Amino acid sequence: MAGIVGYGAYVPSYRIKVEEIAKVWGDDPESISNGLVVNEKSVPASDEDTATIAVTAARNALKRAEIDPQKLGAVYVGSESHPYAVKPTATIVAEAIGATPELTAADLEFACKAGTAGIQAVMGEVDSGMIDYGLAIGADTSQGAPGDALEYTASAGGAGYIIGKKNTIADFETTYSFTTDTPDFYRREGQPYPSHGGRFTGDPAYYKHVFGAAKGLFEKTESKPEDYDYALFHQPNGKFYIRAARKLGFTPEQYKYGLLTPNIGNTYSGAVPLALSNVLDKAEPGDKIFIISYGSGAGSDGFVLNVNDRIKEVQDLAPKTQDYIDDKNYVDYAVYAKYKGKIRMA
Amino acid sequence: MRDVAIIGVAQTKFGELWDTSFRQLIADAGLGAIKDSGISGEDIGAMYVGNMSSGLFVNQEHIASLISDHMGLNPVPCTRVEAACASGSLALRQGIITVASGYHDIVIAAGVEKMTDVVDATPAIATASDQEWEAQQGATFPSLYAMIARRHMYEYGTTREQLAEVSVINHHNAQYNPNAQFPFEISVDKVLNSSKVADPLTLMDCSPVSDGAAAVVLCPAEDARKYTDTPIYVKASAQASSTIALHDRKDMTTLDATKIASKKAYDMAGVTVKDIDVTEVHDCFSINGLLAVEDLGFTEKGNGGKVIEDGQTRLDGDFPINPSGGLKARGHPLGATGIAQACEIVWQLRGDAGKRQVDGAEIGMTHNVGGTGGTGTVHIFGRE
Repeated sequence: MAGIVGYGAYVPSYRIKVEEIAKVWGDDPESISNGLVVNEKSVPASDEDTATIAVTAARNALKRAEIDPQKLGAVYVGSESHPYAVKPTATIVAEAIGATPELTAADLEFACKAGTAGIQAVMGEVDSGMIDYGLAIGADTSQGAPGDALEYTASAGGAGYIIGKKNTIADFETTYSFTTDTPDFYRREGQPYPSHGGRFTGDPAYYKHVFGAAKGLFEKTESKPEDYDYALFHQPNGKFYIRAARKLGFTPEQYKYGLLTPNIGNTYSGAVPLALSNVLDKAEPGDKIFIISYGSGAGSDGFVLNVNDRIKEVQDLAPKTQDYIDDKNYVDYAVYAKYKGKIRMA
Repeated sequence: MRDVAIIGVAQTKFGELWDTSFRQLIADAGLGAIKDSGISGEDIGAMYVGNMSSGLFVNQEHIASLISDHMGLNPVPCTRVEAACASGSLALRQGIITVASGYHDIVIAAGVEKMTDVVDATPAIATASDQEWEAQQGATFPSLYAMIARRHMYEYGTTREQLAEVSVINHHNAQYNPNAQFPFEISVDKVLNSSKVADPLTLMDCSPVSDGAAAVVLCPAEDARKYTDTPIYVKASAQASSTIALHDRKDMTTLDATKIASKKAYDMAGVTVKDIDVTEVHDCFSINGLLAVEDLGFTEKGNGGKVIEDGQTRLDGDFPINPSGGLKARGHPLGATGIAQACEIVWQLRGDAGKRQVDGAEIGMTHNVGGTGGTGTVHIFGRE
């Protein structure tokens, strides 16, 4: 089965603290922080968007894959904040990294799991022999309406995965998806900010699909939580992630390295790809990783990944996820509002 | 006037019932009560359904027709009754009056609310206050009850911990109620440290947003034993109106509607408050549970916090209150609450309440409030 040949991450350096947002809206920062398990979130600069984030992540992935970009047969960018409604982000990325013109490219959208949907698409094409290598990226500059609870978490970041059969650093054992039509979170054409179903986004949406995919994955692989070295999940906030991990029977030692939301917020399509890149940065040969993404609308993709010996050769070939998380500059709400385009100019 | 008995009861689980629609909730409760009573559909003379705001919560009015139709009970006359959070007990009262008058023999009184189809229930709930003088000025129900709480603390030295105890006791009882929304214990610390909603009230002082339905079957007392060995008799049904707006009250810390309705009910039933073995009160916010203890006459005004703190309202206390978990922990699907309270008292008087059973309960009472007390109802039930 296909595996990961190279991976790369990127998180914008600007941060805004929960306290700063709460101050503007008259919320109690402590109860928000404790309730959501989020301290601060990343903010894209004015000149950063899903395309720039995806390009940086892709370049980092290429450094670790150590392949000629011309060998890429597919580029998929999963996001819910593609800069253009019509015109792909994937072509911008493919051109920027020198992968054009002999390849296929497309944008994907499935709320927060478009990145893992892209990984599955590339896995299929590699396993079928249609292509040798493909690149799947999950990246977002997500939106939260001013004053909405989402504003405390909606952030920016992404990671890319080059998938192939040769020279892998980690190999997929299997993938399993769990999908229904569940309208917990959506944004219609032309709307600047998404709508969400409040508490409906919990049990009938996130948990139902995450647990559904996890159960399917355990059954399909005949495995149990203690068989894994790491477990990581989609993380709209820290609370959902920790509750899901604990309920499935994983220990903090297994799930803590995948939990990035408290320090960078919810990077939407970038969330599970970034969680995985952070784990791969630390992983040892032989480690087994349990992965469940979640996208509103709704569905979860599950993966079991086995790390192999080549991981140690590539970890230092590009900046690590933690490097990006640690490299931070705080902005206040006014600058954040300007960077996020929340100030309407005439 | 004829005496009236309850011969069947049913309540759905209360909670965030994402997979159950408005019509399914009321059908489940209605059919459950019919089954519990042993009557058949053809026996039903009329139905009254309490519901506060199906229009705002699920975009559906004309629910009387929807309900009789969906339950397969056409052409039984069905009537919706509305008095905000007291809608359920008003439907019960309409049913009782109808049977007592001799107009119909078998009547179903039910209540239903589906609140979780909207993201924020607060604006819909706020329509139970005075729109022009309260809601449009920014007052919400938590803030109105917070003002009552603050005044009670100022007038009588009631403490934050005493208010929290109302929620703590409710949660304790709810762990034994399989239909409760929150069947688990909480501590005073948990109440005090939960998110602030409207000072001094925190999240754990407030009843939740809930879906649910409940129903009871009424018949003339003289016929009750044809259907059941354990009929529960309606000994009093009383209702009183008061000012809808809080600022028009002589005393912010007294719900006149509760006081007057309970006095009428005690007279009607020929009992005093000392005769009541078990009570379900309307604790939409912890402060309202405390006011009820005073306004129903269990203790004098100002002493509510103390008797609650002393454990007198616990299951083994002098006057057990809310064995079901109350609005706080059983849940509060607005229109269903008054009927769910009656269901709980029926189970208590039948001796069917399991681990939350109040030993030897012979006489029980329900207390249901609309808004901040614009409507108050008190019902008294007995085994004889």
